[in-house]
Amino acid sequence: MNIDHIARVADLNARYADAIDTDRLEAWPDFFLEDGRYRITTAENVAQGLPLSLMYATSGAMLRDRVTALREANIYESQRYRHVLGTPLITAVEANGLRAKTSFMVARVMRIGDTMLFATGCYEDHVVMNARDGARFAEKTVILDSRQIDTLLAIPL
Amino acid sequence: MNIHTSGRQWPAEGLTRVPYWIYSDRALYDEEQERIFRGNTWTFLCMEAELPRPNSFRASNLGDMPVVVTRDANGVIHAFENRCAHRGSLLCLKERGEAREIVCVYHNWTYDLAGNLTGVAFRRGIAGKGGMPSDCKPEQHAPRQLQVEVFAGLVFGTLGRNTPPLEQYLGPDHVARICRVMRAPAKVIGGYSQIIPSNWKLYIENVKDSYHASLLHMFFTTFRLNRLSQKGGLVVSETGGHHISYSMTQDIAGKEYEQAGLRSANETYRLEAPDMLLKNVDEFRDGIGLQILTVFPGFVLQQIRNCLAVRRVVPRGLDKTELVWTCFGFTTDDDALAELRLRQANLIGPAGFISMEDGAAAGFVQRGVAGAGTEVSLVEMGGCGTASEESRVSEAAVRGFWKDYRRHMGL
Repeated sequence: MNIDHIARVADLNARYADAIDTDRLEAWPDFFLEDGRYRITTAENVAQGLPLSLMYATSGAMLRDRVTALREANIYESQRYRHVLGTPLITAVEANGLRAKTSFMVARVMRIGDTMLFATGCYEDHVVMNARDGARFAEKTVILDSRQIDTLLAIPL
Repeated sequence: MNIHTSGRQWPAEGLTRVPYWIYSDRALYDEEQERIFRGNTWTFLCMEAELPRPNSFRASNLGDMPVVVTRDANGVIHAFENRCAHRGSLLCLKERGEAREIVCVYHNWTYDLAGNLTGVAFRRGIAGKGGMPSDCKPEQHAPRQLQVEVFAGLVFGTLGRNTPPLEQYLGPDHVARICRVMRAPAKVIGGYSQIIPSNWKLYIENVKDSYHASLLHMFFTTFRLNRLSQKGGLVVSETGGHHISYSMTQDIAGKEYEQAGLRSANETYRLEAPDMLLKNVDEFRDGIGLQILTVFPGFVLQQIRNCLAVRRVVPRGLDKTELVWTCFGFTTDDDALAELRLRQANLIGPAGFISMEDGAAAGFVQRGVAGAGTEVSLVEMGGCGTASEESRVSEAAVRGFWKDYRRHMGL
């Protein structure tokens, strides 16, 4: 076990989740490399080897478009998330990065006060470290434990 | 004509008025299950591609009623109630899989893949003691078997005794428009489900409401995916219950939205990477960029550019509906087209740039009418008829739904 590896991934995910939970969505794409990949899928799709995602982006531009759409186009009742993250499990150490799995639970708090356990699952991350960018996601796959989404999934997980 | 259980009466104005109690009456909900979902209608159960091999099974629903859909060893597709003849336990506890027979976990009663009871554990007891009397006929309590028809790779089932043959039920327009989309053997690329916080009929109305599409969904309008000024049309079946709304990819570049000052025509809104979502291939070779097709009561076939999906509308209670999405391509897709479908899937589902609002909108109505009692909604865009027309500034398909609904319900 290398504490430093765990700390790097945990710190990146803690800052990532904080940006989402405090509605700083404009900062969200900056956690990824410009050619980084992000997707949300379900454990059921993964188990069947099916490639469909609920959200799928392969560039910083697509991530920023998600934010623009949420801010300017899509209609949804105001809501916020509260992420609770588990300890990263380092699954591979590579020359310039780490691969890790991190459990998450997200509560969704609606405008009128309703709070529900909205999503549970696992982040499968490929974190790359370099001198210029620090630690960034080259790839982040959000695997939802359940295939059911309540009403809508507007804000990224 | 009044409904027996509730004594409710439809407003005198007819199809242009929908009473709000229709979304919140428990007795009516139960009666819908009997008269519509278990009545003389065809319910979409799954894609044939979800039963890829002999001995495949898939869990599905006929309204409230859980069903198992199977492909037997000879390749024949069956569907039957997911309920043991003995004590009513669910028979099939997996979403999908392969099995030579279905075994109830509770007391090990067994069924073949057509839903016939084939074995009762210790039926004659042990060493002459216990067991079931010889005149007991458990077969008479077997799960109900559905009549099944497969059309264009889509599996439908019915329990009705007088349901017309599927192609006749669909009608010629729907037969042609389903075949248009299902142009090759389908390949499932994944799925998910969305819980809609409303009565099932509010979601159905939303899908049939071509008037809302470019007003609620700004994404559509800004990127000219579907403006009501785009060429297209609305087809309503003779029964009223099925509809097709479509539009051509080519826009006539009208400024009607901007001139009307509508919220959804924000000229300054631009994407950085629009091609990643909106570039499309005219795979159907007819210039139609969007086609939404429904079959009464709860089936949706969707083509948004190259993003193809079927949706099953499953009532889960008076104010809860599960929308089960299955996205597909074709076995003939090359890598580029397969990737295009995955990118365009950003438009649909609970996180879809276009679809996310639909789940919420139906819920807004459910909450909005909580105290509306005997009030009614207005469904008068495009007049009072249910005929097909070119204009999609029309609620003809919504009126058509209520026409068919009332016929089945005797309301």
